[in-house]
Amino acid sequence: MSTLATSMTSRRMSNQGHVAVGLATVAVGFAVSAALNGLSPSWVIVWSFMLYPIAVYVSSRILEDRRQATDRLVRVSVTLAFVVVVLPLASLVWTVIREGAARFDATFLTGNMRLTPEDLAAQNGGEAVGGAFHAMVGTLIVTSVAALIAIPLGLFTAIYLVEYGRGRLVKAITSMVDVMTGIPSIVAGLFSYALFVLILGPGTRTGLAGGVALSVLMTPVVVRSAEEMLRLVPNELREASYALGVPRWKTIVKVVLPTAIAGILTGSTLAIARVIGETAPLLVTVGLAQETNLNPFDGRMTTLPVYTYYQYVQPGIPTDAGQSRAWAAALMLVIIVAVLFTLGRVLARVLQPKGMR
Amino acid sequence: MNDADQTTTTGSVTRMTEQMTGVGASETPDGLRVSDLNIYYGDFLAVRKVDMTIEPRSITALIGPSGCGKSTFLRSLNRMHEVIPGARVEGTVLLDGEDIYGPGVDPVIIRRKIGMVFQRPNPFPTMSIAENVLAGIRLNSKRLSKSAADDIVEKSLRGANLWDEVKNRLDQPGSGLSGGQQQRLCIARAIAVEPEVLLMDEPCSALDPISTMAVEALMLELKSEYTIVIVTHNMQQAARVSDRTAFFNIDGTGQPGYVVEMDLTEKIFSNPTEKATSDYVTGRFG
Amino acid sequence: MTQSTIESAQGSGVEGRTGRFGDRIFAGLSKGAGVLILVTLAGVALFLFREGYPGINVDPSEMDGSDTFIQYVGPLVFGTIFAALIALAIAAPLAIAVALFISHYAPRRVARTLGYLIDLLAAIPSVVFGIWGIRVLAPLLAQNVYPWLGDNASFIPLFSGSASTSGRTMLTAGMVLAVVILPIITAISREVFLQTPRLHEEASLALGATKWEMIRQAVIPYGRSGVISGAMLGLGRALGETMAVAIILSPSDGYFWSIITNQNSNTIASNIALKFPESSGLEVNRLIATGLVLFVITFGVNALARRVAAAGFSGADG
Repeated sequence: MSTLATSMTSRRMSNQGHVAVGLATVAVGFAVSAALNGLSPSWVIVWSFMLYPIAVYVSSRILEDRRQATDRLVRVSVTLAFVVVVLPLASLVWTVIREGAARFDATFLTGNMRLTPEDLAAQNGGEAVGGAFHAMVGTLIVTSVAALIAIPLGLFTAIYLVEYGRGRLVKAITSMVDVMTGIPSIVAGLFSYALFVLILGPGTRTGLAGGVALSVLMTPVVVRSAEEMLRLVPNELREASYALGVPRWKTIVKVVLPTAIAGILTGSTLAIARVIGETAPLLVTVGLAQETNLNPFDGRMTTLPVYTYYQYVQPGIPTDAGQSRAWAAALMLVIIVAVLFTLGRVLARVLQPKGMR
Repeated sequence: MNDADQTTTTGSVTRMTEQMTGVGASETPDGLRVSDLNIYYGDFLAVRKVDMTIEPRSITALIGPSGCGKSTFLRSLNRMHEVIPGARVEGTVLLDGEDIYGPGVDPVIIRRKIGMVFQRPNPFPTMSIAENVLAGIRLNSKRLSKSAADDIVEKSLRGANLWDEVKNRLDQPGSGLSGGQQQRLCIARAIAVEPEVLLMDEPCSALDPISTMAVEALMLELKSEYTIVIVTHNMQQAARVSDRTAFFNIDGTGQPGYVVEMDLTEKIFSNPTEKATSDYVTGRFG
Repeated sequence: MTQSTIESAQGSGVEGRTGRFGDRIFAGLSKGAGVLILVTLAGVALFLFREGYPGINVDPSEMDGSDTFIQYVGPLVFGTIFAALIALAIAAPLAIAVALFISHYAPRRVARTLGYLIDLLAAIPSVVFGIWGIRVLAPLLAQNVYPWLGDNASFIPLFSGSASTSGRTMLTAGMVLAVVILPIITAISREVFLQTPRLHEEASLALGATKWEMIRQAVIPYGRSGVISGAMLGLGRALGETMAVAIILSPSDGYFWSIITNQNSNTIASNIALKFPESSGLEVNRLIATGLVLFVITFGVNALARRVAAAGFSGADG
């Protein structure tokens, strides 16, 4: 009785209709795959996925109406786009875990790449030798240098922009921070290299130069997030403090910064996560070493991203050994980034002053 | 929708309404009949057991204290409350004898038949005045001739008492108008698709008194063609414009809202049956 | 002028000497930090130019290849822009679709998790994307797609030439770049889509719009400029992205239109990464000069992105 078309129902495909459309699509996908690629299950799936939006549109156009068909087409396409995007990302995570787990062992976590002839012989025999301890230390040092420069610089700049600055200088700094955000990482590396050529002469590579290069990439991120957080602090708080006769700088230190601290810490953590995997600038400024170097002012250092790169593209013989180390280092990097990222989010939630959302 | 669709749907309206009332639908719409309507957000019952008949071509005002569910109820009349996830209803709302919550009913069609004007004027900021008026029409007809479009724009803007004020700047953005003009533009946009019912959710609460007068005058004109339901906090407004008034109340926070009584507006404001109603309309609470 | 504003604000006499002194130091520090940023940026341009200039102005016969600088950098500029445009062409539509999926189609709780994941992916180092590309994507395409394109679509210049069997092609590089910039464009688009005023969405629905019609009528016009500037930022990132390309692409010298062969124009960034560690003398200067060219290109793209964003927002508010 309710099948009678009324003025308020629109013609809708039944559930069986949808199933039929899906089956028909797979059938066509089967045919297309057979005709073009030879029959293989993965091609049938690929073609079915590609044809499904069209099938939905055509069938809805015939059985429903134009507006309904367009609506369905978009819904299906948007969902499929999501699947298409998730596939490579899932594949990436899966590959890194699968390939990285093989060498994610004690030797890897504690050893370095100064390999003795015995080690090399063992490696030829298929044993796991060589590690990335020196690279982890290097990454820690270089990133710390970067953070020590970028966080205070970025924070004070943000304080200037929000609390003190007026007029043209603010505009200039704001737009230059924008420009800095867009500097390609390799250009930041070249800048730092060119700077240290001036100080130490051509061809030198130091951890400090790498830290400076990363700080150029990190500072604008810190400025942006700190600025945003400081602006969220309600003006009433500042005025209340001034009204008590507290000087401006003390107001900033005692009232403004504590209110914004959660956001600032989160922003800084995310900024570290952003630069810790940077490879190109370190390739140019820090280079590669076989052993741990604790001195950022002198000599080359290995960092995890650069280690990953060289172990992969110049793995030595046998290639598997080097590439396994590269994957283990990649896994390490992904874990570090994920931990920092999650830490940032958790900090934001834990430190949030009550009542502010 | 193509032409064939249009014909069959119109045909069935006529047929169904004739069965129920014996007259053609286009002459006398039947108004809205709400029975046993419960409105939920998730598990929370927001409005309970509403039975109400909304007379065609008249103005029905919904009044009551804040949070009593009158806006929720209004939005359930064209299924706009469904925009909020978890919202659902039990009961029936008959438009010309058909349940808008019936199986297979398309909310998209309901909203064409039952238009809505919101609390704050919301013309599309990226569209011109004329495009705003045509926004609803464009959804259905792919090609609209220039002259047909112009006719609709003029007719709707005249219908909303806005034509004389904007006829020379139809291609300028709607957001450049004053608040009252924007609200009348939104009314023009709503009547351009020729709905049967017009729901107004506190349409004057963001407007100054002069703009409010203009909108009220417009409502009185519109009721010769449309069935109007208006939610208002302003009791003078309800008294000035409406033919019938429903008073909503709530027993406490967390409790569902409900209809205390509904009657002719004069009666509600002069001699209501319920004490709560008289307390409210005389300003003793709310 | 700044100083006087501070003093007039503070000159009530309530605070003691320490207050004023502390203020001066604090204001000086923060202003100094801001100025240091200006100096740094000027330094970037200056030092790159200083170290790059000898590479621009060099007599070609002094270098091993006998190219002038323009002849040297030309194919690199072409490769840089070509790769970035391929990446953008793939990433932008997908990113916008995914952003819409997250903002308007996925259930709300799922959407929050997805947003978090997308942000996280934006932080995954590009070297990891690079080795994934060469290990997984390149062989996949080389076995399944490139031979087919070479056989059936070679009349299109993009697919002419002998299809790569290693998969180290411009198209593979472009696809990996697309994966790298996708989270960036998605995150920005999702943000602007979510900011669409509810009022406008409801206005559209109340006129009887379907979900897609509502998106077209209310969401997209509102978010258009934000999405465009997000795409431009993604483009800027793709132009400067180094490692993914350096690992995947098999470069040759010259201009190549085909995107499925082993002969590809290299990108500026990848060329620097590949050559810099083994270079010395004028070669280094020339590489730095190419870096300067890259800086100028990305600067232009980013400036354009900001113009678009600024124009859009004033329009949406007004």
